[in-house]
Amino acid sequence: MPKADAINAVPVQAPVPWSVAFAVSWGSLRRRFLRSLITMVGVVLGIAFLAYMLVNDNIVNALVALRNDTLNVILQKNGVDIFSGKGTDTMMLMLIGLSLFTCLVGIINAMLMSVTERIKEIGTLKCLGAQDAFIVKTFFIEASLQGVMGTVLGVALGLLVGLLVNTFAYGRFVWSAFPAFLVVKSVVVSLVIGSLMSVLAAIAPAYWAARKQPVEAMRVEE
Amino acid sequence: MSADVIIRVEGVTKVYTMGEEKVHALRGITLDIVRGTYVSIMGPSGSGKSTLFNMIGGLDRPSDGEVIMEGFRFGELSSGQMAWIRCHKVGFIFQSFNLIPSMTALDNVAIARIFSGLTPAQARRDAAGSLEQVGLGNRMDHLPSELSGGQQQRVAIARAIVNRPEVILADEPTGNLDLRTGEDIINLLGKMKMDLNITVISATHDKKMLSASDVVVWISDGAISRVAQRDEIKIDIGTIDGKTLA
Repeated sequence: MPKADAINAVPVQAPVPWSVAFAVSWGSLRRRFLRSLITMVGVVLGIAFLAYMLVNDNIVNALVALRNDTLNVILQKNGVDIFSGKGTDTMMLMLIGLSLFTCLVGIINAMLMSVTERIKEIGTLKCLGAQDAFIVKTFFIEASLQGVMGTVLGVALGLLVGLLVNTFAYGRFVWSAFPAFLVVKSVVVSLVIGSLMSVLAAIAPAYWAARKQPVEAMRVEE
Repeated sequence: MSADVIIRVEGVTKVYTMGEEKVHALRGITLDIVRGTYVSIMGPSGSGKSTLFNMIGGLDRPSDGEVIMEGFRFGELSSGQMAWIRCHKVGFIFQSFNLIPSMTALDNVAIARIFSGLTPAQARRDAAGSLEQVGLGNRMDHLPSELSGGQQQRVAIARAIVNRPEVILADEPTGNLDLRTGEDIINLLGKMKMDLNITVISATHDKKMLSASDVVVWISDGAISRVAQRDEIKIDIGTIDGKTLA
């Protein structure tokens, strides 16, 4: 038996580049396309709600500012308080918050399930020499991708619905007073909130996945 | 003792605590495994066979005693160093193949090579070579779901040898395969042992494994009940099965 008195003789496994982790994550997402889609739909709806409310608020406020008598009648018919000039109230903000929270829990739940399903796969990768950091990377990327893609779609949907609903209700007034800068700001705010939320939701499942031991590869499931 | 010992198991015990009760999975196993041999660990389920197997692969830590591979004491290594050992020194083969379902045969082999520090392009080139070696050169772009059980296990063998390990650890490699395919896999493992001078350690209760083995270690109730060399084994099969399997 060869001598090896120094423990340092065994190198520490080298890290794997992000690009490889990305490829692995992308493969997993594609394979579980339907499941990923369902998770994503939750995010899409939550973020669409947020984006819609913000954009709607921008447009309604711009319309109130026009101080047009004909328009004010329509606004009041639609329940807008033209004196306070507020389309969105505290109740709505709470609803938005609640829907975002539901999204967050949805992503975490879906990812935890995905980890449980893939315990054996994680164990196998570790038997092949994967380190915790690689497992964290792959699950983090997978969850974030789902969330960010859902966010982008959600913002697009919310913006579209906001424009359609208001155009339908107020016609040409919307376009004569269109608050382009504020709408763009709302879109950006929705994108940032959605992406931050998705990334936040991805952290816990990724670390949970990495804690799985290589011996899990030996599991026999029937 | 002059033989080149690659793995030494020294007085390994494993005690699991289940509630108030203590379960002795291993009761002091001592075993030397010689480089380039084909070792089968036999024993019924619950005998401690899998526990011993996991200890040798560094997948589980002993309660007492030590596992030493090429002079490296597993107990003294960090998790990063153990990952390096698993990557460079050991190739794992599993009962249910354990291929990553979203990756092609080529990528399943290449990922092991990437972990060893190569770029994806270099890794794929080596992976292709390994797949050729196990006779799957024409199935590289197939997903595991498009391959038969035997072919999947061949991919797993290609993955196990791609980093040129010293040891292959095979956990019931024929457990999910039919008789003929199982034999093919055993022969392939034997060929890898010869061609690449790899030490093959297999946990099994498949008697077909016996004919390929240089050494058979029987485990029962957490202890080694018997160790038999190749010559003694054949006689055994004759008396157990009433026919020659070699």
